[in-house]
Amino acid sequence: MLEIQDLHVEIGGKEVLHDINLQIGEGETHVLMGPNGSGKTTLLRAIMGFAGLSITEGRITFKEHDITHMPLHERAQLGMGMLFQRPPTIAGLKLGKLLEVTSGGDLNRVTEYSEYLHMDKFLDRSINLGFSGGEIKRSEVLQLMIQKPDFVMLDEPESGVDLENISLIGNAIAKLVDKDVHIVNRKKSGLVITHTGYILDYLDADFGHVMCDGVFRCHGNPREILKVIKTSGYKECLACQKI
Amino acid sequence: MPEDIEQMEDLSSTEKERLAQTGLEVDMKNRSGSFFQVDHDIRQVASLEKGIEVLAIGEALKKYDWLQDYYWKLVPKDKDQYTRFVADQPEPRGFVIIARKGSKTLYPLQACLFLSKTPVQHVHNLIIAEEGAELHIISGCASASYTKTGSHVGVSEFYVGKGARVTSTMIHNWGEEISVFPRSAALVEEDGVFLSNYVCMQPVRKIQMAPVAYLKGRNAIGRFSSITVTTPGSYMDLGSVVHLSAEGTGAELLTRAITTGGTLISRGLIEGEVGHTKGHIECKGLILKDGIIHAIPEIKGNVVDTELSHEAAVGKIARDEIEYLMSRGLDESVATSTIIRGFLDVKIEGLPEVLQKQIDSAIDAAEKSGF
Repeated sequence: MLEIQDLHVEIGGKEVLHDINLQIGEGETHVLMGPNGSGKTTLLRAIMGFAGLSITEGRITFKEHDITHMPLHERAQLGMGMLFQRPPTIAGLKLGKLLEVTSGGDLNRVTEYSEYLHMDKFLDRSINLGFSGGEIKRSEVLQLMIQKPDFVMLDEPESGVDLENISLIGNAIAKLVDKDVHIVNRKKSGLVITHTGYILDYLDADFGHVMCDGVFRCHGNPREILKVIKTSGYKECLACQKI
Repeated sequence: MPEDIEQMEDLSSTEKERLAQTGLEVDMKNRSGSFFQVDHDIRQVASLEKGIEVLAIGEALKKYDWLQDYYWKLVPKDKDQYTRFVADQPEPRGFVIIARKGSKTLYPLQACLFLSKTPVQHVHNLIIAEEGAELHIISGCASASYTKTGSHVGVSEFYVGKGARVTSTMIHNWGEEISVFPRSAALVEEDGVFLSNYVCMQPVRKIQMAPVAYLKGRNAIGRFSSITVTTPGSYMDLGSVVHLSAEGTGAELLTRAITTGGTLISRGLIEGEVGHTKGHIECKGLILKDGIIHAIPEIKGNVVDTELSHEAAVGKIARDEIEYLMSRGLDESVATSTIIRGFLDVKIEGLPEVLQKQIDSAIDAAEKSGF
């Protein structure tokens, strides 16, 4: 599904990601962990194709297309999606109007999913304007359910979400990455940034990666990695010689 | 259906379309009355609902002596050269609408002023809503497609009686070389509500106006909304003034402005003259191509217990908003126009749905032509 080779990324002339290599296969969900400021979000933004960063070396391949320099919206059209940790507020643009556009006018689908995510009352509201933390995340998940990406990146989907909402959002995200589909038929893939690991209660991740200072320090079983981080913090990763 | 409605149908299809964009329904569907003036020729005066009277002003002044208590009582004759010009006309043109006590119109009345051949069109309108009456007016003003130059000078005086509701929605479709000088004022009595909405998405050489509302009765409300696109070569100086002159009165002035190269001056003034009053001004401007948006919100409080505020912002569409929509699969131009459409998407509280739809479709038409 996704392959990253020897990727180097600069922001404002300073290299922030160094020699990143990553492969995510069809039907796989990967977890990305690491301390604040280690470059996790930058990696997601580089994969999605946002402005404000430049890829100086390496390449990104998605569904066998070299997308290293492909415009953002073309990557989305090719089947890539992203849940924003802190999406912008767009005053005036109603959530329902955006979903109407992205669903290609399929209002039944919009109604069905917005009811599922308890967002039906928000369709007439400006996107993210005055939304609570949980509402922002539900709106993000709803937009992705309408978009139906084959590969979805989730930037801290559980941050700012209360316990009641976490199961709703967790279950919806599980659907986004085909966790309700038998492993043999699972097609959709995901890359999830998490600090707490709560989201792992809802979706079994297949692989875990730890990023520190713009490099991968560790790859392995996500639950094992989380256990180490929870007990010893990231200093254990930094001291680790196994890499 | 009154015979005179037929007279509107002798317009060419191009002119009908220009008028339709301003909200005029030639077949009068969803309308409770109509007034149609081409240059100085009054072509149609019709009222389809009980309790609502629509008259040409010349005829009305002859018919009802008491109209003298309203005629030139809110807008001073000598306010400026334009009002003097209207006052100097031996034969006034324009309409009088009288909504009798307690009358309610389900559908709006349409008033259409069409500039065709005359160099300067003048009108003087009186709108009187008696106690408890509810009146919705949509006035479309437009110029003929072949009219390249000309001016429109219009005086309008609104009287909103006790507990009455009057909404006035203007959708303009002028030509590039037309200059427009409306002079309007409203007097709102106890528990009365006056809503004034202005939409202009098409080129105009110059438009200058600053309607005034005097909220004289307790708990009276005044709300002005303006949604405009200023194109290259267009100059719009739009303001509104509200005097909070009785306890419990409140005012809101809302502006959504886009420039694609023209100049917009957005003025607003709310004056809190007595206590227990509230007012808020909100002006948001988007500069899509180099042009001017000059917001001049003013609030003036004269007593302890008046609460007045304003917020104004002028800028461009934030890059992160465009990219956010692009990450959902919209290309840059669709993402941009979707955000602009949202920016202009103002739901006006208290406006009948049929009129909200009219405003929405005027914006949709501008969106289709690509701002």
